[in-house]
Amino acid sequence: MEQEQLICVEGVTKTFRLSRKQQKSENTLKKEIVAVNNLSFTANRGEIFGLLGPNGAGKTTTLRMLATLIAPDSGDAFIDGLSVVNTPEKVRAKIGFLTSELKLEDFFTPNYIYDFFSNLYGIDKEVAMARKKALFERFGIQKFAEVKIANLSTGMKQKSSLVVSLVHDPDIIIFDEPTNGLDVLTARTVTDYLQELRDAGKTIILSTHIFSLVEKLCDRVGIIINGQMTNCGTLAEICDGKSLEDRFFEIYKEKIGGQE
Amino acid sequence: MKNNTWNIIKKECSRFFGDRTMVITTIIMPGLLIYLIYSMMGDFFMKQKENAAPTKVYVENLSDSLKPLLSTLPFEMITENLNGENLKSDLSKKEQDYIYMVFPDDFDSLVSISPSERTELAPNVQIYYNSTSDKSKEAYNVLSEVLGQWEDSNYNLFDINKIEKEGQVYDLASTEDVVRGLFSELIPFLLLMMIFSGCMSIVPTSIAGEKERGTLATLLVTPLKRSELALGKVLSVTFFTVLSGLSAFLGMMLSLPKLIHADEMGVDAAIYTTNDYVALLVIILCTVIILTSAASIISAKANSIKAASSLMLPFMLVILFIGLTPMMLETSDSSIALFLIPVYNSVQSMTQILGHEINIIPIILTVVSNFLYSVLCIWILTKMFNSERVMFSK
Ligand SMILES: Nc1ncnc2c1ncn2[C@@H]1O[C@H](COP(=O)(O)OP(=O)(O)OP(=O)(O)O)[C@@H](O)[C@H]1O
Ligand SMILES: [Mg+2]
Repeated sequence: MEQEQLICVEGVTKTFRLSRKQQKSENTLKKEIVAVNNLSFTANRGEIFGLLGPNGAGKTTTLRMLATLIAPDSGDAFIDGLSVVNTPEKVRAKIGFLTSELKLEDFFTPNYIYDFFSNLYGIDKEVAMARKKALFERFGIQKFAEVKIANLSTGMKQKSSLVVSLVHDPDIIIFDEPTNGLDVLTARTVTDYLQELRDAGKTIILSTHIFSLVEKLCDRVGIIINGQMTNCGTLAEICDGKSLEDRFFEIYKEKIGGQE
Repeated sequence: MKNNTWNIIKKECSRFFGDRTMVITTIIMPGLLIYLIYSMMGDFFMKQKENAAPTKVYVENLSDSLKPLLSTLPFEMITENLNGENLKSDLSKKEQDYIYMVFPDDFDSLVSISPSERTELAPNVQIYYNSTSDKSKEAYNVLSEVLGQWEDSNYNLFDINKIEKEGQVYDLASTEDVVRGLFSELIPFLLLMMIFSGCMSIVPTSIAGEKERGTLATLLVTPLKRSELALGKVLSVTFFTVLSGLSAFLGMMLSLPKLIHADEMGVDAAIYTTNDYVALLVIILCTVIILTSAASIISAKANSIKAASSLMLPFMLVILFIGLTPMMLETSDSSIALFLIPVYNSVQSMTQILGHEINIIPIILTVVSNFLYSVLCIWILTKMFNSERVMFSK
């Protein structure tokens, strides 16, 4: 059976100009840094696709391009057939995006913020109420639904952000390190929920540097090193009988060794 | 999804009015402070006037012919037991606030001789004073003026404005006009400054603040249109700044009469009609929207509230300069094209309205041009919200 490719990334490249300060802190004389270099991959409907890579590999940058926060210098990506370059507004309506860069206003409560974003997406009142009740219950947000974001713990904030990214029940979910900063219990709630969403037919892309998370969740995985996709396929295809961790080190050595 | 501008405005209002400190510092304080300060200044000047003890004037050989005239002056005349040398040396040593006046012995007989028949020098009246003391100096000015006039009236050629019959007024401006003139000089610039300072505390928090805290990015991943975001932001900060400006205006209108003691002149703040107030409100509104939309652009450029505030400083100097020009330029030779200059046109229009010479064309020009500039600013702001270099530069 031919699978439907819901997300199609075609040769995206993103270069950042470095400020003086960045040049100093990264100890380089380069004026520019290629964060993502001619990267391509596809994700099928109803699967969890994992982007695995070390710090600074370009995972977040890739996901930000998919979420239309930043535009690729060249290349394009298609989300359910919609170009992120040419129709960013339509793409935004289809996706739920979570990354640590997106913050909720300290002054408001999770309850207020949920309603506000629900209204922004133009969700029907009754649907919104039911959805909020279910999500809040699922993530235990009722306990602090009326507490200002400023007074919440990191984990509580992360849960609130996650719920807010799902107010419109998107078909495509793009999560950047969704379990970062969460304790094992909460992380478990999140991974269980992601599996549930997949079983409900949603397409999920997540980035991580945690091998166990990939092994547990992902149907297919792409390994990014230095902004380039070195390997992409099902877990079995990539691992080739070895553990993911061992295989990753092999790939990493090949890649870095080949460059030096 | 149709009305997201309204959603943004509602959220901004919850944020603003839910923050008690914000409401107190930007809306309640400006009016209250202006009212209290101006009223206190008014009372203070009044008290100083009332409480001041009359200046002592020590007079030697007080002339009989001048006695009736001098006794009408608000001074305490002391003519007995004078020690001239002591009085003079005390007056020079420390800051003293009295006057020591010496008439020649035979002053009365000397002045009765007409100048053409006089054989000696004209009699000399000595008035010793200390110019470092305001009271002493003022008394000196009064005395020399009074004596000079008395001298003139003795050898009268002609008078100016001397006849004072009942109901005779030489200054043909009405008291109301005088008050209006004062108001039209004081209020526009003060109000402009108050509006600008309101804008300084409101706009950076709302735009640069959200950018700094990463909450603007959360809005940018939703299908919310950038134009709706820009319009919603500008309209809400305009609303808050208008409230701040109105508070300052109310404070001024209620306390300025006290400051200039308008009640003694028989005038109260009711010298303006409803039309005047409506016109003023319209001008305030379009002044605020041009200032806030320009400030929004500056704030969107900045990466933090602090950076926004320092970027606003040069902007403030320009506003100050433009705001002061109407005082320096003569109104009569101001060409109509000048009403296309933002801020200048606002101050000029307010001056006209408060001075009670409403010209409809300049006011319309002011309103229309400011509206167009604001639309332009909102368009630029939309472009900025769309630009990743502006929104995500670190
Ligand atoms: N706005 C920016 N300006 C300059 N350089 C940037 C910018 N954003 C990212 N980079 C650089 O691009 C590279 C990739 O960053 P990115 O955040 O995508 O990595 P990542 O894979 O998400 O890493 P991590 O696992 O640490 O989150 C890094 O070298 C980073 O310094
Ligand atoms: Mg990252």
